[in-house]
Amino acid sequence: MSAVRIEGLTKTFDGRAAVDGIDFEVGSGELCVLLGPSGCGKSTTLRLVAGLEEPTAGRIFVGDVDVAHLPPKDRRISMVFQSYALFPHLTVAQNIVFGLEVRGVAKAVRAERLARVAAMTGLEPYLARKPNQLSGGQRQRVALARAIAGEQPICLMDEPLSNLDAKLRAEMRLEIRALQQRLGMTMLYVTHDQIEAMTMADRVVLMNEGRIEQQGAPADLYERPATVFTARFVGSPAMNLFPAAEGAGHPVLAGVRPEHVRLVEPTAGRLVGRVAGLEYHGADTVVAVDAEEGVAFAVRCPGRARAAIGERVGLAWDLAHEHHFDAATGRRREAHFTASQREPVTA
Amino acid sequence: MRSPTRLDEPPRGRFRWPFAGSGRRTVEAWLLLLPSIVLFAAFTHVPFLRTFVDAFHSTPKGRRPSHFVGLDNWVDLAHDPIFWKALTNNTLYALGTIPLAVGLALAMALFVNGRIPGRAALRMAYFTPTVLPMIAVANIWLFFYTPDYGLFDQIGGLFGLAATNRLGDPSTALIAVMAVAVWKEAGFFMIFYLAALQQIPPDLREAAAIEGASRFTFFRRVTWPLLAPVTLFILVNAVINAFRTVDHIFMMTGGGPDNATNLLLFRLYELGFKFWDQAQASALTVVLIVVLASVALVQFVFAGRKVHYR
Ligand SMILES: Nc1ncnc2c1ncn2[C@@H]1O[C@H](COP(=O)(O)OP(=O)(O)O)[C@@H](O)[C@H]1O
Ligand SMILES: [Mg+2]
Repeated sequence: MSAVRIEGLTKTFDGRAAVDGIDFEVGSGELCVLLGPSGCGKSTTLRLVAGLEEPTAGRIFVGDVDVAHLPPKDRRISMVFQSYALFPHLTVAQNIVFGLEVRGVAKAVRAERLARVAAMTGLEPYLARKPNQLSGGQRQRVALARAIAGEQPICLMDEPLSNLDAKLRAEMRLEIRALQQRLGMTMLYVTHDQIEAMTMADRVVLMNEGRIEQQGAPADLYERPATVFTARFVGSPAMNLFPAAEGAGHPVLAGVRPEHVRLVEPTAGRLVGRVAGLEYHGADTVVAVDAEEGVAFAVRCPGRARAAIGERVGLAWDLAHEHHFDAATGRRREAHFTASQREPVTA
Repeated sequence: MRSPTRLDEPPRGRFRWPFAGSGRRTVEAWLLLLPSIVLFAAFTHVPFLRTFVDAFHSTPKGRRPSHFVGLDNWVDLAHDPIFWKALTNNTLYALGTIPLAVGLALAMALFVNGRIPGRAALRMAYFTPTVLPMIAVANIWLFFYTPDYGLFDQIGGLFGLAATNRLGDPSTALIAVMAVAVWKEAGFFMIFYLAALQQIPPDLREAAAIEGASRFTFFRRVTWPLLAPVTLFILVNAVINAFRTVDHIFMMTGGGPDNATNLLLFRLYELGFKFWDQAQASALTVVLIVVLASVALVQFVFAGRKVHYR
């Protein structure tokens, strides 16, 4: 049985749909990431699940109970806010046990939970401090600890790492994922950062303009994007897209990921272009190439690339790595594409 | 290691007098300050010191000049039954109006901070009494209280109640003038509460709701503690106002009937400008200042420890 099930969920603000009839499920103990660009309706979806917004239509099941019209406290959820929403006048310890206290949990139980949660999140040295005496990362932990302390089966997180620096974010990704797995929590996690989605999720629900673009395991989205939107959104740098030869009257977009492209002699590639820029990352270099017909290509080369800006290069890849999309609808074309009749590459 | 100099700290090292040094720039600085120093000294500091000195001297009468009398003025004051009456009245006045005005202010602020239709108009309406001069307010209430024709008696008349002279009866007069003060002050304090409420991030309420807190619990555990600095500020102001605002006494009762509405500052006016008893008036002024200063001090010391400042 799924832990959370959303059916036909819709929310309109002044006639504009922020969430437009979406369906998805989160399995028990799964970490499901709601991914999408800013303004696509991720937070609204999460707030609908939390009960902070009234749905215009649709049903929200937690377990097998439709909670769509229950108050937030009866939905068996906890939530971590983007701003952390810590109570500024309470100490870290008081913040963590706030919910337990309000729900009338016995004092001994509260103390025991506090000790356990503080140990898990590494907050023991800070329990007597106020939130304004903590760093951003520590505040984040307090918000996390407060969510865990309630021992609700479902935890909602709205961009919890967006206020942290890159290094801390990478650490917290691992830590949240480890905690979630250790405690067997079902987690619905909102982010616009596809790296967070790829690294943490069991399932990714990719949203665009209030609708679900594609959902599945991270590898599914990466390896078999169902639409042009998914292809461009998942992966960094984004998939290279270029118009391919038309087959049977359908304009077709072909796509290939930067790591599948090789730089070869100008005469040996499927496309020819000029090197426009080099971005050295250490482990690899992303080479920007202006290809024919004004198509911008990114090529990921291992190590330090030996290309020079302005140099003419050929772009080569295996046909197996090519993705094809209907240029009109943006949908993936499954039938194997035969129109790519360029010369095969001699590596 | 030297710690970096912060902008909000004076440079460390040798103490320097402000404007110490020589040259034209120092002179210019003092000249620029001169007008405000003169005004402050002439209208605040000098009168204050004069009053303090006068409180130890007798009132000059005819050819008998003022002379030092030690604490006699306070002894006389202590033997003045009207002083005690005014002090009692003023204490009752403060104890009655402050909690009511502050409580009403908070209730109104919470109400107009919610999502209700026409809240801008409501905020305006609640704030209006603050904008009116106390004299005008007193006149409005004078009409409300008029026996037979006033608002209260007309409404009471509908229910068959007899005409009452609330301002003329010593047992109700003080309460009647207190009502005016509450009506006038509450809107003013509401603005401070409203501003403070709008500083509280809405996601605190949402987080609390998810954690299971009811509206009342949220108010008790979060809103009220976060409002504490404002409450302290309002209380200090309310106390000062309770001893300072007597305009409506002039308009409505003249301190009567039988001193039932005589307050300290009104008594001070009577002593100083009706009876020209400078010595007694000075002594009473010092009493008033000491009372206000100590109340404010107690409030800060007592509450300062418990108040959370952001
Ligand atoms: N309370 C609201 N009133 C009106 N419009 C809103 C409200 N909340 C969100 N929206 C709109 O709904 C859309 C989705 O917002 P949101 O769910 O916050 O996006 P995001 O995916 O960035 O979290 C946006 O266009 C936003 O302007
Ligand atoms: Mg958002």
